[in-house]
Formats: sequence, C-alpha cells, structure tokens
Amino acid sequence: MKKFGMIAVFLVASVSSAAPLTPAKAASAMPRMPHFRFENFTTANGLPDNHVYSVLVDGERVWAGTENGLAVYENHAWKTYTTKDGLAHRAVLTLALDKRTGDVWAGTMGGLSRISGGRIDTYTQLNSGLSNDVVYGVSVEGENVWVATAAGGCRLNTRTGQWSLYNERNTPMIEIWTYGVSATPSKVYFAVWGSGLLEYDQKTGRWDKYDDPDGENEIVLFKDQGLIHEITTSVSYVDNIVWVATYFGGSRYDGRYWHNFLTKDSGLPSNFINYIKGVDASRAWFCTDKGLAYYDGVSWAVYRPSLTTGKPEMTVRDAQGKVAPVAVTSAPAHNYVLGIDFQGDDIWVATAKGLSHGIRQQK
Amino acid sequence: MVASCVALAVFAITALWPDKPARAAARDGEDDVLDYASPLEVLLSPDGARLYVLCQQSEEVRVLDATSFAVIKNIAVGRVPRGFSLSPDGQRLFVTNSWDDTLSVIDTQALTVTATWPVAAEPSSVVVDRAGKRLFVANRISSDIAVLDAQTGAEEKRLVAGRGASYLALSPDGSRIYATHIYPNPPPRRTGMENRTAPESEITVIDAARAVVVDRIPLHAIAGVFHVAFSADGRLGIAAELHPKNLIPLAHLEHGGAFADTLMLFGADVGKPVEIPLDELERYASQPFGVAIALDKSRIYVTSGGSEIVTVVDVPRLMRFLHSRPRPESGSFAQDLSASANYVVTRIPVGRNPRGVALSRDGRRLFVANRLDDTISVIDTRANLVFSTITLAGPTTISVMRRGEQTFYTARYGFQGQIGCSNCHIDSTFDGIQWNLEPNGFGRDIVDNKMLEGVKDTEPYKWNGGNPNLPTECGPRTEKYFWRSEQYDNLTLADLAVYIRNLPTRPNRWRLPGGEMTPAQERGRAIFARDVDKFGKPISETNRCIYCHSGPKGTNQKLFDVGTRKPTDNPGLLKSAPLTEIALTAPYLHDGSARTLEEIWTVYNPDDKHGRTNDLTKDELNDLIEYLRTL
Repeated sequence: MKKFGMIAVFLVASVSSAAPLTPAKAASAMPRMPHFRFENFTTANGLPDNHVYSVLVDGERVWAGTENGLAVYENHAWKTYTTKDGLAHRAVLTLALDKRTGDVWAGTMGGLSRISGGRIDTYTQLNSGLSNDVVYGVSVEGENVWVATAAGGCRLNTRTGQWSLYNERNTPMIEIWTYGVSATPSKVYFAVWGSGLLEYDQKTGRWDKYDDPDGENEIVLFKDQGLIHEITTSVSYVDNIVWVATYFGGSRYDGRYWHNFLTKDSGLPSNFINYIKGVDASRAWFCTDKGLAYYDGVSWAVYRPSLTTGKPEMTVRDAQGKVAPVAVTSAPAHNYVLGIDFQGDDIWVATAKGLSHGIRQQK
Repeated sequence: MVASCVALAVFAITALWPDKPARAAARDGEDDVLDYASPLEVLLSPDGARLYVLCQQSEEVRVLDATSFAVIKNIAVGRVPRGFSLSPDGQRLFVTNSWDDTLSVIDTQALTVTATWPVAAEPSSVVVDRAGKRLFVANRISSDIAVLDAQTGAEEKRLVAGRGASYLALSPDGSRIYATHIYPNPPPRRTGMENRTAPESEITVIDAARAVVVDRIPLHAIAGVFHVAFSADGRLGIAAELHPKNLIPLAHLEHGGAFADTLMLFGADVGKPVEIPLDELERYASQPFGVAIALDKSRIYVTSGGSEIVTVVDVPRLMRFLHSRPRPESGSFAQDLSASANYVVTRIPVGRNPRGVALSRDGRRLFVANRLDDTISVIDTRANLVFSTITLAGPTTISVMRRGEQTFYTARYGFQGQIGCSNCHIDSTFDGIQWNLEPNGFGRDIVDNKMLEGVKDTEPYKWNGGNPNLPTECGPRTEKYFWRSEQYDNLTLADLAVYIRNLPTRPNRWRLPGGEMTPAQERGRAIFARDVDKFGKPISETNRCIYCHSGPKGTNQKLFDVGTRKPTDNPGLLKSAPLTEIALTAPYLHDGSARTLEEIWTVYNPDDKHGRTNDLTKDELNDLIEYLRTL
C-alpha cells in the first residue's frame, strides 16, 4: 500500500511541478526525457585537471573543483585558483554558492576556502574552529556555512565567527565521517558514511537519525521501510523532500514515507551513487560510477559513454520498466560521475575524466 | 547662548554650545574628561546651503549655515559617531554610531533623529545607493559591508570586506561602491614567515545594483587605507593610505624609513592602479586621511592628520608625471621622495589632526574638520589659503587628556615630522603589523604591535617587560627609537601618558547582556580555570591559563617562557599578554606569528608550555576561544 501511495504522489507531483527541466508526460508512449548535446572540457581545452570532483553554476560562471585547483569558466575562458592564490588545497572536493553575496565556498582535502570577489580566505583545523581539513561537503544557509568533514560536521556563523562542531559527543552520529550536507532554514541533513542520515531541526535544535532498517546487511530485507543503506555519500533536501545517495542505492524521503531506488527495480545504472541532486520533490539526478541518471518521478534516463563500446549512449526507461535507446551523438566525458549542477535547462557534470556541459536540445 | 567671534586668520566664529551640558568626570583623579566637539567629518547639503559637521566626542551632528557659519542646530546621535552621508535627495542624513552599533537617521528638514537602527559591529561609514533603496554600511569589527533597506533599516546581507572595513564611496555614476579598511588582511597561507611579509590590503569594489563584491583592487605593502574620492567623470579614483616599512629595522628614519604617506590612484585615467607619494625629502604628509577632487579635475586635496596640513596636488601635472615616467613593476612610486615635487602644488597648514573634507559645489571652498582643536578650516582653493576658521563651541580650556591626545596624533615630534604615535596606533588602537623595532639587525626581535585600550595597570611594557611604566615607554624609549628628534618636555610626556592610560575600552561584542554567557563560553571559562587535565592529572599552577592571565586585564604582569621565543629573538622572558579585547587584535604572540587564536595552541604549543592544551579536543579548544572573545 505504501508503495502504491508513493507512486501516486510521484505522479501528481511530476505533473504539477515547474522546475528547470520539464518532466516527461507519463501518458505518452515513450517518455520524453531531456536530451542534451554534451561539450566536454579537459586539460586539452583549459581545465587544470581531468579529475573533476565538483561543479557549481553561478549565473554565467561555472566553477569546477578539480584534483589540481579550482577552475572558473567565464567568458569562454578558464581561470584556475591554486594554493598560491590561498586555496586551502589543490584537490577541491565540494562547492557551494552563497546566493546572496555571490561568495563561493570550496571544500578541499586541506581545509575550507571562501572565494569572494577574487580573494580567498582559508579555514583549516589549525587556524580556525574547523574540525578537520578533509572537507567532503559544504552548504550555505543564510549566515551559516555547514560543513561535512572527515571528523564530523561543523557550522560556521559568518557573522560571529563562531564554530559549532557536531560529532559523536553531541549528536546521534556513530561514525564521524560525514560525506555530504544539505542545509535549509528549516532542516539540515548530513550524509554520514556508515552512520546513515542525520537530521538537524533548526527550530528545535534537535537531532534525529535515519538508519537502514536492515542494519549493515547488504541484503535489502525491507526495501521501502527506511534508508537504503548506512553508507551514505550525499544528500539533497529540496521542497521538503530528502534525496539520499549511498553506495548501495538511492533513497527519497518525504518526512513520512521512504522510497528506495536500486538497479534491479529502477532506471539507476548503478547502486554506487557518488552524488545526488534533487530538482524538486519528484525529480532528481543521480551521479553514479556507471553514468549519469535522471529520474523525473516516473521514468529514467541514463547518459554515458557506452560501458562496452565507449560510444555516446542514452537510454530511457518508462514506468513499466521498458528500456529503449535514444540516438545521441555525445555523452558526458566519463561514466564515473561525481557532481552535477544546473544552468537553466542545461546541466554541468563533473566526471573522472573531464567536465561536461550538457546543452539542452529542444527537439 | 549666542556665538562669539574670535579673530583668527581672517575671522572665526564660535558656534552655539551644544544642548548637552559639558561633562567633567574625574578619572582616577588624573584628569577631567571634557566634551570637546572633535569634528571628524564634514558634509555639504546638495544645495550647498548647510554644512553638516560630525562631532565625534560630543556625539552630535552640528548643522551650520554654510555661508555665515551660524549654528542652525546641534543634533545628538549615538556613541562615538564615525561616518555620515546624505540620501540622494538630501532629505535624510545617515550617521554611523561606532560604539553602540547603531545608525541614526536624521530628517534634514526637521533636523531631528527620526529613527535609530541597530547595525553590525562598529559601523564606521555609510553610503546610500543612487536609487535611495539600499544603504551600505562599513563595519570595522566585523570587517564587512552590511546591506540595508534604506527605508526600514532591515539588513539584507553582509559582504566580506577588508579587515577593519571603515570608509565607503559611491562612484559618480552610482554603479559601484568602493570600500577601504584600516588593518591589513591576514596572510592567506601559513608559511612560517607571515610576520615577515609586507602587509596586503584592498579596495573592495561592490556592484551597487546587485549588492555583491565584483572586484578587489589589491594594495600591496599597504596597511591603513582611509577615504576614497572620485573625479566627477568617474575616470580617476584616489584613496589615502599608509605604506609602512615594517620589514626593515626602525632604527633608520631618514628618507621615509618608517612610512610612506601615499595616494593610490585607480580608474581609466591611470590604467593599472598606481601608488604615488605625498612626502618629499625632509617634509612629510603624515597620516593621509581625507580626500577630495575638484569638479574640474584640476586639483586633489588630501588632509594629513599627523602633519596638520592639506596637500594640494595638481592633477594635470600628476598625469604628465605618470605618463612620462616608466611605471615601476610594483606599481608604486612610494620610494621616490623626489616624485611629489612634480605634482604637489602646496601644503596648507590647518588645525590639529585634520580629518574629513568637503568641497563646495563651485569648488572654491574646501572645508576641513580639525578634530583636535574643534575648528573647521575653510580654504580658498584659488589662493590655496585658509581664509576662515570656524571655531566650534566647546570647552575653552585644554585638558590634560586633550593635550595628551594632541601629542599622540601629531607628527611634529617625529624626526622631520615623519610619524606620530597614531601612525602605528590607528585611532588609538593598533595596526595589525609586526615591526623590527630594535636596531640590532634585519629580522631580529620582531614584535607585534598591540592595542592600547586597557593598557592601564598592565605594566611592565614591551614584550620583554623592559619598560616599567608608560612615561618610560613613551618617553626615552620612543625618543630613542622613533623620534630621534625633539624630546617631550615633562608636562607633554605626562599628558601623553595620562591620555594613553585613560583610553576607554570599546564595548565587547561577544558578551551577552547582563554578564550572561553562552553554553560554549561557559564551557570555555571552565577550561580556562581548570587545574586538572582531562586525564585527571593536576596542571601545575604556572601552566594554568588563569595563572598567567589573571586579574581584570588578563595578565599577572610577570614574565615567562611559554616556548614561543624564536631563534631570532633576543634572550629573555616574555611578558604575560593582557587579554583585553583579544578577539580584535590578531595576530598573536609577541611576534605576531600566530595568525589566529587557534594557532597559538594548534601550531605554537607543541610541548604544552603555553598552558596545558594538548589534551583538548577541537570542540573544547573552540569553547576556550569563545570564552576568550568575551574578555
């Protein structure tokens, strides 16, 4: 019953939503999923490194966190910030934008950096209250910057300069290896590697924890009764819906019901999900080790170089599970996808072998 | 009370005594504190009919008739006002009150305060955008620019600015706001040589329509940037600034050995920003502060608070100089003391500690606020002479404190009039710079400059405790190392010491009202006071935070070895540093090697000699710092 109810909710939500990407019509014979022409950036055309961990769109500017610096694409040219410019570390794992100020926050393997008007200020575990220099996730909410590190979560109040640390001593966190964070004025979620999903209620100041009801079993005994797995890697909270990525599938939680996604019963190309980004309550993008997947609440689309031939490939899976190929001439730079952001109807995709600009094709 | 006239250069007018009665409060029996006006900034109404004078010590805006200089009204504002500006229609005057963190809104028709809005920490300057919709407020302590709704005062956001953000200017076309700051930005990376690198500052450029930072003009080797002004065509911007020479021993004051007093020029007229000196050999323009450019772009006017002059620069000659000389790679002519002869027309003596300036619409009169003698100099810009001096009403006696303050801010005692106390202690605080004060070699005995507020009863002075009291610190020591010129007489020295001893301490922004503490501050206080470490082992008395940092100022005034001395330091122990206002005064340790409070323990306390701290978790260290910020 629960599952049926969830699907019904998805159907209603997908029809009524109005977000950057137009959802497929459930009634059509073949779902009309977004179609892109991918332009790929590598070291050959300006990127400082092909290992791109993160991507962030800020209007016409696109930021790419690479293994060898933070690159920004503006006016058809790349500029790279390195440790010589004050960047905390050359490997930039995560990026977040303060939409009010335009400041960019970069989580690196050596601390947290703020890029503001070209100036870089860096916070490390030595010079600030940051709990650990390995920063996997960052999210800006009002005057607070929330940080997921290898030693727990942190919150920097940019007005007072006060750091608050969240770890096993003051939250239900069992492991302190936080991989992702998504902060909003109402709730903050931490994806804790090996310790499920942590929720902080901004109003009450209370913490809650969501675990896999199957424990650490890799066998899914109760598929939609909770988080799909304890090893969470990314979280995205949008329109009161939590989208969670794990290395063993994805989850969606609406505050009451869970719905989980596995390769065996969804269009996910892999259960190994590096990153997840919700578009709205019904739609999300899944960055996996076997390609980029888009879910519109009913149908799925996968974009990748073919796993066998390497040729560009797009497949669509409809509500009944029927999978059909779509003829394409381009694909993301690599199957191992680490991040995504939106630029209007376009997408930018971070992969292990370059950054891809997916230019939305209308026909 | 009717104004009385006193003849000065041509004539002077004594304005009405403010509504607020004079206050004469004894301080430790050493001196009386009198409510001098202390005019800091001046502003003309759009029609040129009124002169608004921001009086810092009497905490008022005094409104004068700009022709007769008769007082129209004195309007009380908040604590220690520091900046003001008019709305585009001239209907509202906004005043930043730096010590109570408020903004006074004055109706310029009714001449009353119609609103007082809370703002951020130590608001120092304010501008209104061209549409009159947004206010931008530079906050010195929080080092940011707050963006407010100009109708309600509601804060929209804060933009990251330079450290000690203080002065703002709107570009003539209204598209950009330029912000300066008085303390250098912290070094971006830890290299082990942070305290031996030239200071870096910036001019923060804000897109006024979007209210975001779009650029930062780097100011290399600059620490202390003050007012900014633009030519009417928007093609030339100038900022008054200090160029300290802190990497060489201060034994050598000749040829501008301590500071260059300069202008940073930027904009289309000059291309890349370029720094030009105002000094010339054996004649200095110490502590440049206020700037104005003539409407026809013929002249630049710069006040120098220490030299007590207004320097007049001929702009066409300046442009010829810039375009005919090879531009140094550094973009700076600051080392060339022959340069200013090419463009400085004259230096006009004015009153004591001249600060803000305002140019009349016709460009014929320049008003200069002389902060420490309560006068406004009115300069005839065609003759380049003070043709009138307006004397603001106030105490007629010069108190000991006032004389001490005048001594503190003047450069007249410095070798060739080069520097004064306030060069390094900007607005009686500090400068965020590490100096090589001892004449015993390059890079030896580096010392961090310290905040003066709260210095009373923390003797001995100097990091090595070498000076037993302030008269020694300010007298023979200063004379030996800094001035190398005129000695203070005993009375002057006593006045100076009284002034410094009685500097009030600004409100602490981390403390909760009523002395309450946040949970983190409470936890931090317990760590500060603990006598047992986390393993249950007793901490020896001398290794507890509270032992060395005891008493009302956070120092037991004794000397210790806390393991922070460097091989380049002279032998000896170091004084336990007072903790008063410790949150404001980064960097830390005697040589400024710790960029933040955290680094004192995470980097420079490997053996627990600077207190037992290595048993603390990161969150406990954060709690300790939260507590220290309340001191």
